[in-house]
Amino acid sequence: MKFGVVVFPGSNCDIDCYYMVDQILQEQVTYLWHADQDLHGVDCIIVPGGYSYGDYLRAGSIARFSPIMEEVIAFGKKGGLILGICNGFQILTESGLLPGALIKNRSLRFQCENTLLRVEQNSTPFTSTYSQHEVISIPIAHEEGGYVADKETLDRLEKEGRVVFRYCNEQGEITPECNPNGSLNNIAGIINEQGNILGMMPHPERCAEAILGGEDGKRIFSSLLEWWQGGAGR
Amino acid sequence: MKEDFWREMGLSESEYELIKEILQREPNEVELGMFGVMWSEHCSYKNSRNVLKQFPTEAPWVLQGPGENAGVIDIGDGQAVAFKIESHNHPSAIEPYQGAATGVGGIIRDVFTMGARPIASLNSLRFGSLKSKKTQYLFSGVVSGIAGYGNCMGIPTVAGEVYFHPSYEDNCLVNAMSVGLMNHEDLAKGFANGPGNPVFIVGARTGRDGIHGATFASEELSEASEERRPAVQVGDPFMEKLLMEACLEVIKTGYVVGMQDMGAAGITSSACEMASRAGTGIEMDLAKVPRREEGMNAYEILLSESQERMLVVVQKGKEKEVHSIFAKWGLEAIVVGQVTADGMMMIKEGEEIVAQIPAEALTESCPRYDRESKEPEYLAQAQGYDLASLPEMEDYGKVLLTLLGTPTIASKEWVYSQYDYMVGTNTVVPPGSDAAVLRIKGHNKGIAMKVDGNSRYVYLDPYRGGKIVVAEAARNLVCSGAKPLAITDCLNFGNPEKPEIFWQFKQAVAGMSEACRVLETPVVGGNVSLYNETKGEAIYPTPVVGIVGLVEDLAHVTTLGFKQEEDIIILLGITKDELGASTYLSVIHGLEAGKTPEIDLEFEKQVQQATLELIKKGLVVSAHDCSEGGLAVALAECCMQGKIGADVALTESIRPSSILFGESQSRIVISINKSKIDSVLQQLKKLQVPYKVLGSVGGDSLNIAGSGWKVNVEVAEMEEKYREAIACLMKG
Repeated sequence: MKFGVVVFPGSNCDIDCYYMVDQILQEQVTYLWHADQDLHGVDCIIVPGGYSYGDYLRAGSIARFSPIMEEVIAFGKKGGLILGICNGFQILTESGLLPGALIKNRSLRFQCENTLLRVEQNSTPFTSTYSQHEVISIPIAHEEGGYVADKETLDRLEKEGRVVFRYCNEQGEITPECNPNGSLNNIAGIINEQGNILGMMPHPERCAEAILGGEDGKRIFSSLLEWWQGGAGR
Repeated sequence: MKEDFWREMGLSESEYELIKEILQREPNEVELGMFGVMWSEHCSYKNSRNVLKQFPTEAPWVLQGPGENAGVIDIGDGQAVAFKIESHNHPSAIEPYQGAATGVGGIIRDVFTMGARPIASLNSLRFGSLKSKKTQYLFSGVVSGIAGYGNCMGIPTVAGEVYFHPSYEDNCLVNAMSVGLMNHEDLAKGFANGPGNPVFIVGARTGRDGIHGATFASEELSEASEERRPAVQVGDPFMEKLLMEACLEVIKTGYVVGMQDMGAAGITSSACEMASRAGTGIEMDLAKVPRREEGMNAYEILLSESQERMLVVVQKGKEKEVHSIFAKWGLEAIVVGQVTADGMMMIKEGEEIVAQIPAEALTESCPRYDRESKEPEYLAQAQGYDLASLPEMEDYGKVLLTLLGTPTIASKEWVYSQYDYMVGTNTVVPPGSDAAVLRIKGHNKGIAMKVDGNSRYVYLDPYRGGKIVVAEAARNLVCSGAKPLAITDCLNFGNPEKPEIFWQFKQAVAGMSEACRVLETPVVGGNVSLYNETKGEAIYPTPVVGIVGLVEDLAHVTTLGFKQEEDIIILLGITKDELGASTYLSVIHGLEAGKTPEIDLEFEKQVQQATLELIKKGLVVSAHDCSEGGLAVALAECCMQGKIGADVALTESIRPSSILFGESQSRIVISINKSKIDSVLQQLKKLQVPYKVLGSVGGDSLNIAGSGWKVNVEVAEMEEKYREAIACLMKG
């Protein structure tokens, strides 16, 4: 399976995502430069975290206009697999590939910490190796991670089972105390209607090795691989 | 020339006379401005250089010692680590967010200029009492400035220290450290070699910000300092990220002859320092310098401290290749001049010569001063304070909780959770332990790092305090499973023209040098920040040490938290009746007095080596050094991080407050699996390290039994105090 990691000026988790696929997953991976319009035949695109174009206006608002995003959007609309992490999630909402928006954390500060997530939907290409309602630990590191959407959108997301991850406590309960950033309904990650584009604020690439304190994040990538090898790639 | 002009430049009359002698003529205003910044303490170290000569700077693993943008040490496998610490105190006192942010940006540039990719940031911060509104403003501004810059760069901020003390009320300290990783062959230096080679300015455009920042940094703060706000630069981390990627890419081509960032004194310092190191000159046309404002004159262009700019000397004929790499990253790279053979800084604006000075006159001819030094009067009285007459407390558990809730000791989670400490996916030991550990990808090894300082020790005995700063930093590394390799230092002191301050400075450096020699951690770079005074009041003398060490095998990585029921707790080292200079005295009795704890460096080395040896043999489950708050606070921290209690007996026949809260040096608390006890004790006897088996891990409270006294505190209660203290005060 071949992965592509988009590099905007200001991306800073691009190297980590590349390393994750190359060294941990041991699959093919290439960088996709923001100014290019060539996807190099990749099977899955990762839009990584960072501060694309400095994020001075609003996180992700400039990146959506870059040449590579035209291709990414077209790829996603054709059903191509896209994983947006942190700034990547913000870019996907700004691009209209995912509904809603990410606003400043309730604390008004940058927050870097481990969070517990409940897997709300394991029937996606990204989460098939988790069990339904499994509690996993994946860290966050963001200043604008509060997920918001209008009521209609939110209801639809919930009704269609498109909330993939929710911040929870150790018992898997969804409480206000375990919501780190003020996201509506404790939402940490959502998927699009077709089920091929996932956006999430937590960073799975940061917890893919025991030496770094956990491997829960790796399973998003192994789910993708399994799904691909299970037929989607043929 | 009018007298007030050269005075305004921070020059003395004799310095002005010397300049005339060097030039054999009157300098013009531009030239005088260049001398003014280059001969400031900040750039020239004129008051400190003779003292700094004491530092040992060599070891077989040192690839680059002091004098370059950063020090570089070998870590094996053809890899090296570049690192340096630098102060940004005055700017942060005036404009906390930008002051701190640009401090981070400046030190990161120093490291990637050497050809290393920055992989970690650290910082050492000092403020006044956290109860004051002003401190809260400075503290939160500084922390968000560091976060804003470092997080955007994608460089994890992995360790630091924060102290609160009234002496920093009007003069906070912000020391930033950067650590980078490189292969030996990519080592780049700041040399302008090869006459005829083109000189590029790359990165951001030059504006009017930060003019005379270096001069500002070399004077005392006063009410008028507010007017210096324009001397504080504004940072753009996005620009710096691009600059870093482009510079690292261009270094890989091999076309770079020399490179230096434009920090203090901007174009002037980078150009003359690069020329002077290479024994060359540089000819430059200021009309070609890209600017962000119109109407800037030569003086302003030369002295601007606009951020995110580099001076790069490139092999002649490779201009196009270099230009295209910067263009790829959307950056300007403009040839503004060339290297010359005559040793002159020849600055033109179009056809007109605006300055003409021998490069070495700016960097080497600055007079060096051996300032008068005199032991301060406060010292004898403070050291001689009769501590024996102090009453003992009734409830030591309550004292322990009070200390845990003191901002200087309390958890710094409020701070480090604002820093992205994980980006880069190398952080094996995150903030909150004795030292941070990062793994080196592709190898089973890691590097450990830490910043440390204790100004109360230095205030009460600069020589001893200087030794302890280095010893404690090294001890922290050892507790993490690393062998300490080298240090970088940031020396924050008051006005060196005052004999008492200069005495503190000399004594502290002598102590640090001694410790560096014994512990074999040479100084490979650093920074001096003098004139940290407001309205004539100096800060406590504050030498800060940044230290880097090697974890040879990631299996050696050790953290401070107790891990498992029934593990045995052992204290290495000796607890003496030493309450002097302790946090306990300061917080509980409001006393900053007594003698700084004794330190025997050979003994320190023995304890450190024994700890590391036990760790390497896989015998140690947790390790933590005893520092502020003494043994009781150390044990409490081991419990809190491990979320488990402990039962210990402390039976020394000295006063309970000294046993619990005295800060005797060279002590490390370890815990071991009970099945390993014989083998550990045997080792310790063989290594001749004094130890005491204190008790065992277990339960959910910390129980300490002495002769006729005891402490019983629940771990949860300690944690609440410890974790909430800073957040509570900040909520105000």
